[in-house]
Amino acid sequence: MVENRPFRDFMAYLTLVLGVVLVAFPVYLAIMASTFDTATIINGNMPLFPGDQALENYSRALFYGGKTAREPVMGMMVNSMIVALGIAFGKILISILSAYAVVYFRFPFRRTAFWVIFITLMLPVEVRIYPTYKIVADLGLLDTYSGLVLPLIASATGTLLFRQFFMTIPEELLEASKIDGAGAFRFFKDTLLPLSMTTIAALFVIQFIYGWNQYLWPLLITTKSSMQTIVIGIKKMITTTDALTEWNIAMTTAVLAMVPPVLVVIFMQRLFVKGLVETEK
Amino acid sequence: MEKRAHFSGWTLPLLLIIPQMAITVIFFYLPASQAIRQSFLREDAFGLASEFVGFENYSAVFEQPEYYRAMITTVIFSTLVAFFSLAVALLFATQADKSLRAGHAFKTLLIWPYAVAPAIAGVLWMFMFHPTLGTLGRPLNLMGLDWNPMLDGTDAMILLVLSATWKHVSYNFLFFLAGLQAIPKSVIEAGAIDGAGPVRRFWTIVFPLLSPTTFFLLVVTIVYVFFETFGIIDAVTGGGPAGSTTTLVYKVFADGRSGGDLGLSAAQSVVLMVIVIALTAIQFRYVERKVQY
Repeated sequence: MVENRPFRDFMAYLTLVLGVVLVAFPVYLAIMASTFDTATIINGNMPLFPGDQALENYSRALFYGGKTAREPVMGMMVNSMIVALGIAFGKILISILSAYAVVYFRFPFRRTAFWVIFITLMLPVEVRIYPTYKIVADLGLLDTYSGLVLPLIASATGTLLFRQFFMTIPEELLEASKIDGAGAFRFFKDTLLPLSMTTIAALFVIQFIYGWNQYLWPLLITTKSSMQTIVIGIKKMITTTDALTEWNIAMTTAVLAMVPPVLVVIFMQRLFVKGLVETEK
Repeated sequence: MEKRAHFSGWTLPLLLIIPQMAITVIFFYLPASQAIRQSFLREDAFGLASEFVGFENYSAVFEQPEYYRAMITTVIFSTLVAFFSLAVALLFATQADKSLRAGHAFKTLLIWPYAVAPAIAGVLWMFMFHPTLGTLGRPLNLMGLDWNPMLDGTDAMILLVLSATWKHVSYNFLFFLAGLQAIPKSVIEAGAIDGAGPVRRFWTIVFPLLSPTTFFLLVVTIVYVFFETFGIIDAVTGGGPAGSTTTLVYKVFADGRSGGDLGLSAAQSVVLMVIVIALTAIQFRYVERKVQY
Protein backbone atom coordinates (compact mmCIF):
# COMPACT_ATOMS: atom_id res chain seq x y z
CA MET A 1 0.00 0.00 0.00
CA VAL A 2 0.91 3.59 -0.29
CA GLU A 3 1.27 4.66 3.30
CA ASN A 4 3.58 2.83 5.61
CA ARG A 5 1.67 2.77 8.84
CA PRO A 6 2.57 0.10 11.38
CA PHE A 7 -0.84 0.54 13.04
CA ARG A 8 -2.69 -0.30 9.84
CA ASP A 9 -0.58 -3.40 9.34
CA PHE A 10 -1.30 -4.37 12.92
CA MET A 11 -5.04 -3.98 12.38
CA ALA A 12 -4.79 -6.08 9.21
CA TYR A 13 -3.02 -8.86 11.12
CA LEU A 14 -5.57 -8.64 13.92
CA THR A 15 -8.52 -8.91 11.50
CA LEU A 16 -6.97 -11.84 9.67
CA VAL A 17 -6.04 -13.70 12.85
CA LEU A 18 -9.60 -13.21 14.12
CA GLY A 19 -10.86 -14.44 10.78
CA VAL A 20 -8.71 -17.54 10.88
CA VAL A 21 -9.85 -18.31 14.43
CA LEU A 22 -13.50 -17.78 13.50
CA VAL A 23 -13.14 -20.02 10.47
CA ALA A 24 -11.28 -22.75 12.36
CA PHE A 25 -13.29 -22.78 15.59
CA PRO A 26 -16.18 -25.07 14.54
CA VAL A 27 -13.68 -27.59 13.18
CA TYR A 28 -11.54 -27.28 16.30
CA LEU A 29 -14.59 -28.16 18.39
CA ALA A 30 -15.29 -31.18 16.21
CA ILE A 31 -11.70 -32.39 16.65
CA MET A 32 -11.98 -31.91 20.42
CA ALA A 33 -15.31 -33.76 20.50
CA SER A 34 -13.64 -36.68 18.76
CA THR A 35 -11.36 -37.12 21.79
CA PHE A 36 -14.03 -37.48 24.52
CA ASP A 37 -16.62 -40.09 25.42
CA THR A 38 -20.33 -39.54 24.84
CA ALA A 39 -21.15 -38.72 28.46
CA THR A 40 -18.63 -35.85 28.70
CA ILE A 41 -20.17 -34.20 25.65
CA ILE A 42 -23.81 -34.78 26.65
CA ASN A 43 -23.15 -33.08 30.02
CA GLY A 44 -22.56 -29.89 28.07
CA ASN A 45 -19.22 -29.09 29.65
CA MET A 46 -16.86 -30.35 27.01
CA PRO A 47 -13.35 -29.07 27.79
CA LEU A 48 -11.55 -27.09 25.11
CA PHE A 49 -8.46 -29.25 25.39
CA PRO A 50 -8.19 -32.77 24.00
CA GLY A 51 -9.31 -35.74 26.07
CA ASP A 52 -7.94 -39.27 26.00
CA GLN A 53 -10.59 -41.11 24.00
CA ALA A 54 -9.25 -40.30 20.52
CA LEU A 55 -7.86 -43.75 19.76
CA GLU A 56 -11.01 -45.42 21.03
CA ASN A 57 -13.32 -43.11 19.00
CA TYR A 58 -11.42 -43.31 15.75
CA SER A 59 -10.99 -47.05 15.81
CA ARG A 60 -14.64 -47.54 16.74
CA ALA A 61 -15.90 -45.19 14.04
CA LEU A 62 -13.66 -46.62 11.35
CA PHE A 63 -14.23 -50.31 12.02
CA TYR A 64 -17.57 -50.52 13.82
CA GLY A 65 -19.63 -47.38 13.27
CA GLY A 66 -22.34 -45.74 15.35
CA LYS A 67 -24.52 -47.65 17.78
CA THR A 68 -27.70 -47.23 15.75
CA ALA A 69 -26.45 -47.38 12.17
CA ARG A 70 -23.57 -49.75 12.86
CA GLU A 71 -21.95 -49.20 9.49
CA PRO A 72 -18.14 -48.94 9.61
CA VAL A 73 -16.98 -45.51 8.46
CA MET A 74 -14.07 -47.15 6.65
CA GLY A 75 -16.52 -48.63 4.14
CA MET A 76 -18.22 -45.26 3.69
CA MET A 77 -14.87 -43.61 3.02
CA VAL A 78 -14.09 -46.21 0.39
CA ASN A 79 -17.46 -45.49 -1.25
CA SER A 80 -16.85 -41.73 -1.14
CA MET A 81 -13.40 -42.23 -2.60
CA ILE A 82 -14.74 -44.37 -5.47
CA VAL A 83 -17.48 -41.84 -6.21
CA ALA A 84 -15.14 -38.84 -6.02
CA LEU A 85 -12.48 -40.45 -8.22
CA GLY A 86 -15.12 -41.78 -10.59
CA ILE A 87 -16.64 -38.33 -11.04
CA ALA A 88 -13.25 -36.63 -11.39
CA PHE A 89 -11.78 -39.09 -13.90
CA GLY A 90 -15.07 -39.62 -15.72
CA LYS A 91 -15.60 -35.94 -16.26
CA ILE A 92 -12.01 -35.36 -17.38
CA LEU A 93 -12.16 -38.27 -19.82
CA ILE A 94 -15.43 -37.46 -21.54
CA SER A 95 -14.82 -33.73 -21.63
CA ILE A 96 -11.26 -33.79 -22.96
CA LEU A 97 -12.41 -36.09 -25.78
CA SER A 98 -15.41 -33.98 -26.71
CA ALA A 99 -13.40 -30.75 -26.50
CA TYR A 100 -10.79 -32.30 -28.79
CA ALA A 101 -13.52 -33.18 -31.29
CA VAL A 102 -15.12 -29.74 -31.16
CA VAL A 103 -11.89 -27.78 -31.52
CA TYR A 104 -9.75 -29.87 -33.88
CA PHE A 105 -12.30 -31.39 -36.24
CA ARG A 106 -15.01 -30.16 -38.53
CA PHE A 107 -18.02 -32.38 -38.69
CA PRO A 108 -21.73 -31.96 -39.32
CA PHE A 109 -23.69 -30.49 -36.38
CA ARG A 110 -20.49 -29.50 -34.59
CA ARG A 111 -21.97 -26.21 -33.45
CA THR A 112 -25.20 -27.92 -32.39
CA ALA A 113 -23.24 -30.50 -30.41
CA PHE A 114 -21.36 -27.74 -28.64
CA TRP A 115 -24.56 -25.95 -27.66
CA VAL A 116 -26.25 -29.17 -26.54
CA ILE A 117 -23.36 -29.63 -24.09
CA PHE A 118 -23.07 -25.97 -23.21
CA ILE A 119 -26.69 -25.63 -22.04
CA THR A 120 -26.17 -28.24 -19.32
CA LEU A 121 -24.08 -25.63 -17.56
CA MET A 122 -27.30 -24.02 -16.44
CA LEU A 123 -29.18 -26.71 -14.59
CA PRO A 124 -27.83 -28.27 -11.41
CA VAL A 125 -28.94 -31.80 -10.57
CA GLU A 126 -31.16 -30.47 -7.77
CA VAL A 127 -33.89 -29.22 -10.10
CA ARG A 128 -34.31 -32.47 -11.97
CA ILE A 129 -33.83 -34.99 -9.17
CA TYR A 130 -37.00 -37.07 -9.41
CA PRO A 131 -37.03 -37.58 -13.20
CA THR A 132 -33.30 -38.42 -13.05
CA TYR A 133 -34.01 -40.80 -10.19
CA LYS A 134 -36.64 -42.53 -12.29
CA ILE A 135 -34.29 -42.97 -15.26
CA VAL A 136 -31.52 -44.31 -13.03
CA ALA A 137 -34.00 -46.69 -11.43
CA ASP A 138 -35.26 -47.86 -14.85
CA LEU A 139 -31.67 -48.56 -15.88
CA GLY A 140 -31.28 -50.69 -12.74
CA LEU A 141 -28.53 -48.43 -11.41
CA LEU A 142 -29.86 -47.76 -7.90
CA ASP A 143 -27.33 -48.70 -5.25
CA THR A 144 -24.51 -48.93 -7.78
CA TYR A 145 -21.38 -46.86 -8.26
CA SER A 146 -22.35 -46.13 -11.88
CA GLY A 147 -25.65 -44.74 -10.65
CA LEU A 148 -23.84 -42.52 -8.18
CA VAL A 149 -21.30 -41.27 -10.71
CA LEU A 150 -22.82 -41.04 -14.20
CA PRO A 151 -25.61 -38.47 -13.66
CA LEU A 152 -23.13 -36.15 -11.95
CA ILE A 153 -20.67 -36.07 -14.82
CA ALA A 154 -23.33 -34.81 -17.23
CA SER A 155 -22.17 -31.22 -17.19
CA ALA A 156 -20.38 -28.80 -19.44
CA THR A 157 -17.75 -27.30 -17.14
CA GLY A 158 -14.95 -29.65 -18.18
CA THR A 159 -15.63 -29.40 -21.89
CA LEU A 160 -15.64 -25.60 -21.74
CA LEU A 161 -12.43 -25.55 -19.74
CA PHE A 162 -10.57 -27.81 -22.18
CA ARG A 163 -11.99 -26.00 -25.19
CA GLN A 164 -10.78 -22.72 -23.80
CA PHE A 165 -7.34 -24.16 -23.16
CA PHE A 166 -7.06 -25.80 -26.62
CA MET A 167 -7.89 -22.48 -28.24
CA THR A 168 -4.75 -20.96 -26.69
CA ILE A 169 -2.50 -23.63 -28.23
CA PRO A 170 -0.74 -22.20 -31.32
CA GLU A 171 -1.97 -23.52 -34.67
CA GLU A 172 1.64 -24.13 -35.71
CA LEU A 173 1.85 -27.07 -33.34
CA LEU A 174 -0.77 -29.01 -35.24
CA GLU A 175 0.67 -27.98 -38.60
CA ALA A 176 4.13 -29.12 -37.51
CA SER A 177 2.79 -32.43 -36.21
CA LYS A 178 0.94 -33.01 -39.45
CA ILE A 179 4.09 -32.34 -41.48
CA ASP A 180 5.86 -34.85 -39.26
CA GLY A 181 3.18 -37.33 -40.22
CA ALA A 182 1.26 -37.49 -36.93
CA GLY A 183 -2.38 -38.53 -37.11
CA ALA A 184 -5.21 -37.44 -34.84
CA PHE A 185 -4.39 -40.04 -32.21
CA ARG A 186 -0.67 -39.32 -32.22
CA PHE A 187 -1.19 -35.55 -31.96
CA PHE A 188 -3.55 -36.01 -29.02
CA LYS A 189 -1.28 -38.38 -27.14
CA ASP A 190 2.11 -36.77 -27.80
CA THR A 191 1.29 -33.08 -28.02
CA LEU A 192 -2.10 -32.16 -26.61
CA LEU A 193 -2.17 -34.41 -23.55
CA PRO A 194 1.24 -33.40 -22.17
CA LEU A 195 0.35 -29.73 -22.67
CA SER A 196 -2.98 -30.18 -20.88
CA MET A 197 -1.58 -31.73 -17.72
CA THR A 198 -1.95 -28.64 -15.52
CA THR A 199 -5.51 -28.09 -16.72
CA ILE A 200 -6.32 -31.75 -16.09
CA ALA A 201 -4.87 -31.57 -12.59
CA ALA A 202 -6.78 -28.38 -11.78
CA LEU A 203 -10.04 -29.88 -12.99
CA PHE A 204 -9.29 -33.04 -11.04
CA VAL A 205 -8.91 -31.13 -7.76
CA ILE A 206 -12.21 -29.29 -8.20
CA GLN A 207 -14.14 -32.37 -9.30
CA PHE A 208 -12.71 -34.53 -6.54
CA ILE A 209 -13.99 -32.09 -3.91
CA TYR A 210 -17.32 -31.79 -5.73
CA GLY A 211 -17.69 -35.57 -5.86
CA TRP A 212 -16.61 -36.23 -2.29
CA ASN A 213 -19.07 -33.65 -0.96
CA GLN A 214 -22.15 -34.81 -2.89
CA TYR A 215 -25.21 -35.08 -0.69
CA LEU A 216 -28.65 -35.00 -2.31
CA TRP A 217 -27.95 -37.49 -5.08
CA PRO A 218 -26.38 -40.25 -2.92
CA LEU A 219 -29.12 -39.67 -0.36
CA LEU A 220 -31.76 -40.42 -2.99
CA ILE A 221 -30.32 -43.41 -4.79
CA THR A 222 -28.61 -45.38 -2.04
CA THR A 223 -30.88 -47.57 0.04
CA LYS A 224 -28.33 -50.19 1.13
CA SER A 225 -26.23 -48.92 3.99
CA SER A 226 -23.19 -50.60 2.47
CA MET A 227 -23.39 -48.15 -0.45
CA GLN A 228 -23.54 -45.04 1.73
CA THR A 229 -21.03 -42.25 1.31
CA ILE A 230 -19.52 -40.70 4.42
CA VAL A 231 -21.39 -37.39 4.14
CA ILE A 232 -24.69 -39.29 4.21
CA GLY A 233 -23.42 -41.52 7.01
CA ILE A 234 -22.92 -38.60 9.40
CA LYS A 235 -26.43 -37.37 8.89
CA LYS A 236 -27.80 -40.78 9.79
CA MET A 237 -25.77 -40.72 13.01
CA ILE A 238 -27.36 -37.57 14.36
CA THR A 239 -30.99 -37.79 13.31
CA THR A 240 -31.84 -40.39 15.93
CA THR A 241 -33.47 -39.11 19.09
CA ASP A 242 -31.32 -36.50 20.67
CA ALA A 243 -30.41 -38.44 23.80
CA LEU A 244 -29.12 -41.36 21.78
CA THR A 245 -26.88 -39.34 19.49
CA GLU A 246 -23.29 -40.40 20.00
CA TRP A 247 -21.80 -37.00 19.37
CA ASN A 248 -18.26 -38.23 19.82
CA ILE A 249 -18.65 -40.80 17.03
CA ALA A 250 -20.57 -38.36 14.80
CA MET A 251 -17.86 -35.71 15.23
CA THR A 252 -15.11 -38.29 14.69
CA THR A 253 -16.81 -39.20 11.43
CA ALA A 254 -17.14 -35.51 10.51
CA VAL A 255 -13.40 -35.05 11.02
CA LEU A 256 -12.67 -38.12 8.90
CA ALA A 257 -15.00 -36.79 6.19
CA MET A 258 -13.19 -33.44 6.08
CA VAL A 259 -9.65 -34.79 5.94
CA PRO A 260 -9.32 -35.86 2.27
CA PRO A 261 -10.83 -32.79 0.55
CA VAL A 262 -9.21 -30.32 2.96
CA LEU A 263 -5.80 -31.92 2.43
CA VAL A 264 -6.33 -31.66 -1.31
CA VAL A 265 -7.07 -27.93 -1.03
CA ILE A 266 -4.12 -27.23 1.25
CA PHE A 267 -1.48 -29.22 -0.59
CA MET A 268 -2.68 -28.53 -4.12
CA GLN A 269 -3.62 -24.95 -3.47
CA ARG A 270 -2.19 -23.57 -6.69
CA LEU A 271 -4.07 -26.10 -8.81
CA PHE A 272 -7.20 -25.64 -6.70
CA VAL A 273 -7.22 -21.87 -7.22
CA LYS A 274 -6.55 -22.30 -10.94
CA GLY A 275 -9.35 -24.82 -11.28
CA LEU A 276 -11.81 -22.73 -9.31
CA VAL A 277 -11.13 -19.53 -11.20
CA GLU A 278 -11.13 -21.16 -14.63
CA THR A 279 -14.19 -23.36 -14.29
CA GLU A 280 -16.22 -20.28 -13.35
CA LYS A 281 -15.22 -18.29 -16.39
CA MET B 1 -14.12 -21.34 -31.88
CA GLU B 2 -12.54 -22.29 -35.19
CA LYS B 3 -9.04 -23.62 -35.61
CA ARG B 4 -7.61 -22.94 -39.05
CA ALA B 5 -5.60 -26.15 -38.95
CA HIS B 6 -7.72 -29.20 -38.31
CA PHE B 7 -8.10 -32.87 -39.03
CA SER B 8 -10.42 -34.05 -41.76
CA GLY B 9 -12.97 -36.84 -41.64
CA TRP B 10 -15.94 -36.98 -39.35
CA THR B 11 -16.28 -40.50 -38.01
CA LEU B 12 -13.50 -40.03 -35.46
CA PRO B 13 -14.83 -36.75 -34.00
CA LEU B 14 -18.30 -38.27 -33.73
CA LEU B 15 -16.83 -41.21 -31.83
CA LEU B 16 -14.97 -38.81 -29.56
CA ILE B 17 -18.06 -36.79 -28.74
CA ILE B 18 -20.45 -39.71 -28.31
CA PRO B 19 -19.65 -40.53 -24.62
CA GLN B 20 -20.41 -37.01 -23.46
CA MET B 21 -23.45 -36.73 -25.73
CA ALA B 22 -24.88 -40.00 -24.49
CA ILE B 23 -24.48 -39.10 -20.83
CA THR B 24 -25.82 -35.60 -21.40
CA VAL B 25 -28.89 -36.85 -23.25
CA ILE B 26 -29.69 -39.71 -20.85
CA PHE B 27 -29.08 -37.95 -17.57
CA PHE B 28 -29.81 -34.36 -18.48
CA TYR B 29 -32.14 -33.82 -21.42
CA LEU B 30 -34.31 -36.84 -20.76
CA PRO B 31 -35.01 -35.99 -17.09
CA ALA B 32 -35.38 -32.29 -17.82
CA SER B 33 -37.92 -32.95 -20.56
CA GLN B 34 -39.67 -35.51 -18.35
CA ALA B 35 -40.05 -32.84 -15.69
CA ILE B 36 -41.55 -30.44 -18.20
CA ARG B 37 -43.90 -33.09 -19.59
CA GLN B 38 -44.99 -34.21 -16.15
CA SER B 39 -45.75 -30.67 -15.09
CA PHE B 40 -48.62 -30.64 -17.61
CA LEU B 41 -50.04 -34.01 -16.58
CA ARG B 42 -52.08 -35.28 -13.69
CA GLU B 43 -51.63 -38.87 -12.58
CA ASP B 44 -54.32 -40.87 -10.84
CA ALA B 45 -53.68 -42.14 -7.33
CA PHE B 46 -52.05 -45.35 -8.54
CA GLY B 47 -49.83 -43.73 -11.17
CA LEU B 48 -51.47 -45.88 -13.86
CA ALA B 49 -53.14 -43.29 -16.02
CA SER B 50 -52.40 -39.66 -16.61
CA GLU B 51 -54.22 -36.89 -18.40
CA PHE B 52 -53.18 -33.60 -19.88
CA VAL B 53 -54.26 -30.75 -17.62
CA GLY B 54 -52.54 -27.72 -19.16
CA PHE B 55 -51.31 -25.21 -16.65
CA GLU B 56 -53.42 -26.58 -13.79
CA ASN B 57 -50.38 -27.85 -11.88
CA TYR B 58 -48.76 -24.46 -12.14
CA SER B 59 -51.80 -22.61 -10.89
CA ALA B 60 -52.10 -25.18 -8.09
CA VAL B 61 -48.50 -24.48 -7.11
CA PHE B 62 -49.09 -20.74 -7.03
CA GLU B 63 -52.23 -21.20 -4.96
CA GLN B 64 -50.38 -22.95 -2.14
CA PRO B 65 -49.67 -20.64 0.79
CA GLU B 66 -46.68 -22.89 1.59
CA TYR B 67 -45.17 -22.07 -1.79
CA TYR B 68 -45.11 -18.37 -1.03
CA ARG B 69 -43.75 -19.12 2.38
CA ALA B 70 -40.91 -21.16 0.84
CA MET B 71 -40.31 -18.32 -1.61
CA ILE B 72 -40.04 -15.77 1.19
CA THR B 73 -37.77 -18.11 3.16
CA THR B 74 -35.53 -18.53 0.11
CA VAL B 75 -35.33 -14.77 -0.45
CA ILE B 76 -34.50 -14.07 3.22
CA PHE B 77 -31.97 -16.88 3.33
CA SER B 78 -30.18 -15.86 0.12
CA THR B 79 -30.17 -12.15 0.97
CA LEU B 80 -28.62 -12.72 4.38
CA VAL B 81 -26.03 -15.25 3.21
CA ALA B 82 -25.13 -13.13 0.17
CA PHE B 83 -24.72 -9.98 2.25
CA PHE B 84 -22.68 -11.53 5.06
CA SER B 85 -20.50 -13.79 2.95
CA LEU B 86 -19.65 -10.97 0.54
CA ALA B 87 -19.04 -8.39 3.27
CA VAL B 88 -16.86 -10.65 5.42
CA ALA B 89 -14.94 -11.94 2.41
CA LEU B 90 -14.29 -8.40 1.18
CA LEU B 91 -13.04 -7.37 4.61
CA PHE B 92 -10.63 -10.31 4.78
CA ALA B 93 -9.51 -9.84 1.18
CA THR B 94 -8.69 -6.14 1.62
CA GLN B 95 -6.62 -6.96 4.69
CA ALA B 96 -4.83 -9.88 3.02
CA ASP B 97 -4.08 -7.67 0.00
CA LYS B 98 -1.90 -5.37 2.13
CA SER B 99 1.25 -7.27 1.15
CA LEU B 100 1.78 -8.60 4.65
CA ARG B 101 4.65 -10.93 5.29
CA ALA B 102 2.32 -13.80 6.22
CA GLY B 103 -0.09 -13.05 3.38
CA HIS B 104 0.17 -16.42 1.72
CA ALA B 105 -0.26 -18.36 4.96
CA PHE B 106 -3.44 -16.39 5.72
CA LYS B 107 -4.78 -17.19 2.29
CA THR B 108 -4.30 -20.93 2.92
CA LEU B 109 -5.84 -20.66 6.38
CA LEU B 110 -8.93 -18.88 5.04
CA ILE B 111 -9.79 -20.88 1.93
CA TRP B 112 -9.98 -24.46 3.17
CA PRO B 113 -13.65 -24.40 4.32
CA TYR B 114 -14.47 -24.53 0.60
CA ALA B 115 -13.53 -28.23 0.83
CA VAL B 116 -15.99 -28.98 3.64
CA ALA B 117 -19.26 -30.54 2.47
CA PRO B 118 -22.30 -28.32 3.10
CA ALA B 119 -23.97 -31.04 5.15
CA ILE B 120 -20.89 -31.36 7.35
CA ALA B 121 -20.62 -27.59 7.74
CA GLY B 122 -24.19 -27.69 9.00
CA VAL B 123 -23.45 -30.50 11.45
CA LEU B 124 -20.43 -28.63 12.83
CA TRP B 125 -22.44 -25.49 13.50
CA MET B 126 -25.34 -27.45 14.93
CA PHE B 127 -22.97 -29.10 17.38
CA MET B 128 -21.47 -25.76 18.35
CA PHE B 129 -24.87 -24.11 18.85
CA HIS B 130 -26.68 -27.11 20.28
CA PRO B 131 -29.06 -25.69 22.95
CA THR B 132 -28.06 -28.10 25.73
CA LEU B 133 -24.55 -29.30 24.96
CA GLY B 134 -23.09 -26.81 22.44
CA THR B 135 -19.99 -24.88 23.43
CA LEU B 136 -21.68 -21.65 22.31
CA GLY B 137 -25.35 -22.69 22.38
CA ARG B 138 -25.47 -23.74 26.03
CA PRO B 139 -24.07 -20.41 27.36
CA LEU B 140 -26.76 -18.60 25.35
CA ASN B 141 -29.42 -20.49 27.28
CA LEU B 142 -27.62 -20.08 30.61
CA MET B 143 -27.62 -16.34 29.96
CA GLY B 144 -31.39 -16.55 29.70
CA LEU B 145 -31.70 -16.14 25.94
CA ASP B 146 -34.22 -18.71 24.89
CA TRP B 147 -32.05 -20.27 22.17
CA ASN B 148 -33.30 -23.42 20.49
CA PRO B 149 -32.91 -23.95 16.74
CA MET B 150 -34.84 -27.22 16.99
CA LEU B 151 -38.01 -25.50 18.19
CA ASP B 152 -37.75 -21.89 17.09
CA GLY B 153 -37.91 -20.97 13.39
CA THR B 154 -35.89 -17.78 13.72
CA ASP B 155 -33.12 -19.52 15.65
CA ALA B 156 -33.06 -22.26 13.01
CA MET B 157 -32.71 -19.69 10.24
CA ILE B 158 -29.89 -17.91 12.11
CA LEU B 159 -28.05 -21.19 12.42
CA LEU B 160 -28.47 -21.94 8.71
CA VAL B 161 -27.30 -18.47 7.72
CA LEU B 162 -24.22 -18.82 9.93
CA SER B 163 -23.20 -22.20 8.57
CA ALA B 164 -23.95 -21.34 4.93
CA THR B 165 -21.97 -18.09 5.27
CA TRP B 166 -19.07 -19.83 7.01
CA LYS B 167 -18.76 -22.25 4.13
CA HIS B 168 -19.00 -19.68 1.35
CA VAL B 169 -16.73 -16.90 2.66
CA SER B 170 -13.67 -18.80 1.42
CA TYR B 171 -14.90 -18.81 -2.16
CA ASN B 172 -15.78 -15.11 -2.21
CA PHE B 173 -12.51 -14.29 -0.45
CA LEU B 174 -10.48 -15.98 -3.15
CA PHE B 175 -12.18 -14.09 -5.96
CA PHE B 176 -12.10 -10.75 -4.15
CA LEU B 177 -8.40 -11.19 -3.47
CA ALA B 178 -7.73 -11.96 -7.14
CA GLY B 179 -9.83 -8.92 -8.07
CA LEU B 180 -7.93 -6.66 -5.68
CA GLN B 181 -4.57 -7.87 -6.92
CA ALA B 182 -5.60 -7.07 -10.48
CA ILE B 183 -6.16 -3.38 -9.66
CA PRO B 184 -3.08 -1.43 -10.81
CA LYS B 185 -1.20 0.07 -7.89
CA SER B 186 -0.65 3.26 -9.93
CA VAL B 187 -4.36 4.12 -9.77
CA ILE B 188 -4.33 3.90 -6.00
CA GLU B 189 -1.09 5.88 -5.75
CA ALA B 190 -2.59 8.58 -7.95
CA GLY B 191 -5.50 8.78 -5.53
CA ALA B 192 -3.09 9.07 -2.63
CA ILE B 193 -1.16 11.89 -4.31
CA ASP B 194 -4.43 13.76 -4.77
CA GLY B 195 -4.84 13.52 -1.02
CA ALA B 196 -7.41 10.75 -0.66
CA GLY B 197 -7.05 8.73 2.56
CA PRO B 198 -7.33 4.93 2.71
CA VAL B 199 -11.08 4.92 3.36
CA ARG B 200 -11.84 7.41 0.62
CA ARG B 201 -9.56 5.50 -1.78
CA PHE B 202 -11.37 2.28 -1.01
CA TRP B 203 -14.87 3.61 -1.65
CA THR B 204 -14.10 5.81 -4.66
CA ILE B 205 -11.39 3.78 -6.45
CA VAL B 206 -11.11 0.18 -5.26
CA PHE B 207 -14.76 -0.67 -4.67
CA PRO B 208 -16.01 0.62 -8.06
CA LEU B 209 -13.17 -1.21 -9.84
CA LEU B 210 -14.18 -4.37 -8.00
CA SER B 211 -17.84 -4.09 -8.94
CA PRO B 212 -17.71 -6.68 -11.76
CA THR B 213 -16.23 -9.19 -9.30
CA THR B 214 -18.82 -8.27 -6.71
CA PHE B 215 -21.66 -8.71 -9.16
CA PHE B 216 -20.32 -12.02 -10.41
CA LEU B 217 -19.95 -13.27 -6.82
CA LEU B 218 -23.44 -12.08 -5.98
CA VAL B 219 -24.92 -14.26 -8.72
CA VAL B 220 -22.74 -17.25 -7.81
CA THR B 221 -23.64 -16.88 -4.14
CA ILE B 222 -27.36 -16.76 -4.90
CA VAL B 223 -27.07 -19.92 -7.00
CA TYR B 224 -25.10 -21.50 -4.14
CA VAL B 225 -27.76 -20.62 -1.58
CA PHE B 226 -30.53 -21.89 -3.86
CA PHE B 227 -29.02 -25.30 -4.52
CA GLU B 228 -25.90 -26.27 -2.61
CA THR B 229 -27.27 -25.34 0.80
CA PHE B 230 -29.66 -28.24 0.43
CA GLY B 231 -27.22 -30.39 2.40
CA ILE B 232 -27.04 -27.86 5.23
CA ILE B 233 -30.82 -27.58 5.50
CA ASP B 234 -31.42 -31.31 5.39
CA ALA B 235 -28.73 -32.09 7.96
CA VAL B 236 -29.54 -29.25 10.37
CA THR B 237 -33.27 -28.57 10.31
CA GLY B 238 -34.89 -30.89 7.76
CA GLY B 239 -36.89 -27.88 6.62
CA GLY B 240 -38.40 -27.38 10.06
CA PRO B 241 -39.33 -26.48 12.68
CA ALA B 242 -42.84 -26.40 11.22
CA GLY B 243 -41.61 -25.65 7.70
CA SER B 244 -39.92 -22.42 8.69
CA THR B 245 -36.66 -23.24 6.88
CA THR B 246 -38.14 -24.93 3.82
CA THR B 247 -36.66 -23.28 0.73
CA LEU B 248 -37.94 -23.75 -2.82
CA VAL B 249 -35.45 -26.52 -3.58
CA TYR B 250 -36.11 -28.23 -0.29
CA LYS B 251 -39.83 -28.13 -0.99
CA VAL B 252 -39.41 -29.90 -4.34
CA PHE B 253 -37.48 -32.62 -2.53
CA ALA B 254 -39.85 -32.89 0.42
CA ASP B 255 -43.05 -32.86 -1.70
CA GLY B 256 -41.73 -35.56 -4.01
CA ARG B 257 -40.39 -37.72 -1.19
CA SER B 258 -43.62 -37.88 0.73
CA GLY B 259 -45.09 -39.59 -2.35
CA GLY B 260 -47.01 -36.45 -3.13
CA ASP B 261 -48.36 -35.26 -6.44
CA LEU B 262 -45.69 -35.77 -9.13
CA GLY B 263 -47.24 -33.14 -11.36
CA LEU B 264 -47.05 -30.54 -8.60
CA SER B 265 -43.45 -31.44 -7.83
CA ALA B 266 -42.55 -31.30 -11.53
CA ALA B 267 -44.20 -27.90 -11.95
CA GLN B 268 -42.11 -26.61 -9.04
CA SER B 269 -38.97 -28.03 -10.67
CA VAL B 270 -39.78 -26.23 -13.90
CA VAL B 271 -40.29 -22.93 -12.08
CA LEU B 272 -36.88 -23.46 -10.46
CA MET B 273 -35.28 -24.20 -13.83
CA VAL B 274 -36.62 -20.93 -15.18
CA ILE B 275 -35.15 -19.09 -12.19
CA VAL B 276 -31.71 -20.68 -12.64
CA ILE B 277 -31.68 -20.07 -16.37
CA ALA B 278 -32.57 -16.42 -15.74
CA LEU B 279 -29.77 -16.10 -13.17
CA THR B 280 -27.23 -17.74 -15.49
CA ALA B 281 -28.35 -15.61 -18.40
CA ILE B 282 -27.90 -12.47 -16.31
CA GLN B 283 -24.46 -13.67 -15.33
CA PHE B 284 -23.39 -14.29 -18.93
CA ARG B 285 -24.98 -11.16 -20.27
CA TYR B 286 -23.48 -8.74 -17.79
CA VAL B 287 -20.45 -10.41 -16.32
CA GLU B 288 -18.63 -12.61 -18.75
CA ARG B 289 -16.32 -10.16 -20.44
CA LYS B 290 -16.09 -7.58 -17.72
CA VAL B 291 -14.59 -9.60 -14.90
CA GLN B 292 -10.82 -9.36 -14.73
CA TYR B 293 -8.94 -12.16 -13.01
